[in-house]
Amino acid sequence: MTPAAPSAIAAIQAVETVMRQDRGRLTAALIARLRDFQLAEDALQEAALSALTHWGRSGLPASPQGWLLKVALRKAIDRLRQAGREDRKALDQAVLARDEADEDDTHPIPDDRLRLIFTCCHPALEEKSRIALTLRSLCGLTTAQVAAVFLDPEPTMGQRLSRAKAKIAAAGIPFAVPGPEDWPDRLNSVLTVVYLIFTAGYAQGPRTGTDLCAEAVFLAGLLVTLAPDQAEVEGCIALLLITQARARARISPEGATLPPADQDRSLWDAAMLTEGQGHLDRAIARRSPGPFQIKAAIASLHCGIAPDWPQIAALYGRLLDYEPTAIVRLNHAVAVAEAGHPDLALQHLAPLAETLSDYQPFHAARADLLARTGRPDQARAAYALAIAGASAPSDRAFLQARLDALG
Amino acid sequence: MNYMILIYGEPAKEPAYGTPEFAEMMKGYFTLNERMKADGVLRGGEALQNVETATSLRVRQGKVETMDGPFAETREHLGGYYIVDVPDLDAALKYAALVPAALYGTIEVRPLMNYNPSD
Repeated sequence: MTPAAPSAIAAIQAVETVMRQDRGRLTAALIARLRDFQLAEDALQEAALSALTHWGRSGLPASPQGWLLKVALRKAIDRLRQAGREDRKALDQAVLARDEADEDDTHPIPDDRLRLIFTCCHPALEEKSRIALTLRSLCGLTTAQVAAVFLDPEPTMGQRLSRAKAKIAAAGIPFAVPGPEDWPDRLNSVLTVVYLIFTAGYAQGPRTGTDLCAEAVFLAGLLVTLAPDQAEVEGCIALLLITQARARARISPEGATLPPADQDRSLWDAAMLTEGQGHLDRAIARRSPGPFQIKAAIASLHCGIAPDWPQIAALYGRLLDYEPTAIVRLNHAVAVAEAGHPDLALQHLAPLAETLSDYQPFHAARADLLARTGRPDQARAAYALAIAGASAPSDRAFLQARLDALG
Repeated sequence: MNYMILIYGEPAKEPAYGTPEFAEMMKGYFTLNERMKADGVLRGGEALQNVETATSLRVRQGKVETMDGPFAETREHLGGYYIVDVPDLDAALKYAALVPAALYGTIEVRPLMNYNPSD
């Protein structure tokens, strides 16, 4: 007989591993069968608890995923019956799915995660909820971990997630991959969530205890697998990898933020950079341009020994066709200045002053342009605003050095 | 699922009667009606008279208070609605996007309360 304690520990480890690796796939499979987000999650949670007991006693089943799916479906049926819901259709569906799963538990579970990510990132949900739901359902973060990402209290995040799932059910948001006419917009909504997760990770660093950059790369990789031959998906993963490859070099030993051209290239992750570049090359070869490919191409141009600023400025100009936002206009202006036209760049900045008055990088860029075009007094005032608004010590250090250089 | 498509507009922003834009708008509603009928999804729909014709009412401390116009100080007013029966929100949003008022107002899409979930 196996001693109880070691087998219990082994079971806990096994359940944790399966739930971490396959939560997204199992949740998606359950939603596809039950048509109820909350029920799917609750049933899976119960199945995982049940696995602790059963696997501890009888060892790991042949297919842990298949086992969890089957048990979760039974738990869902119990819940539907207990609730005494008049919902005959939901119960019938669940019973049917259970019978199917009972019949055949050796087959791999079909991957419904593409439908799940499109549902989580549906534009009818608030953007923050889209991010939270994606991290919870696809990446398998706990509610506490998702809350930490947003610096929210756990109950607040729990309520947000519940509200989002309730809206999906009540408003009839379909658990489906959108049709061709909606595909570009809806895919953009998904990729934007992935990108926002990445940028949050990039800005926060590891301080929340979750590597959001890695989660974003995981999601982008998942999309490359599940929606192959999509130029924008490849553009998105290229953007993430090319940016991530330089992450270690972006802060100088003195703690200042460095532009790519000033970074120590030996700190770049060459393999990741090559992988990102490969995705970008494949995307561009499809001749189906889009905002993520443009951003990836810009990131890639920044990796040159001397960035090709005229080309970068031109790409930002094209990005404005897709995203006519003040931030893109700001980046465009900066590239125009670097391409040798600081006066023109200042003109581009002028109409953005009101919209971006609280946006620190605007003041940093404006200060730099004023300094370069021989307006030191105005530049000093702008640097003061930029330094006051900088949240990272490294950024303050960088700007202070620039201000000091003005004399 | 049944959805109500609520049409909110700001009278000042709507095309004026007699202009080509007005004709375009009417044509838009006509096309949309025809399409919803052809697709077999239209369950109902009405246009409301101007907001100036509205009377609001509430009962406070047992007393009926009536008021000229809508209570809320909103600039966009409910101008009409459709009810459509479609499979999901995406389908409802597709029709909502075709409502001409979407160009100058706001369209709200809400599922009707379903008291009989076995339907």
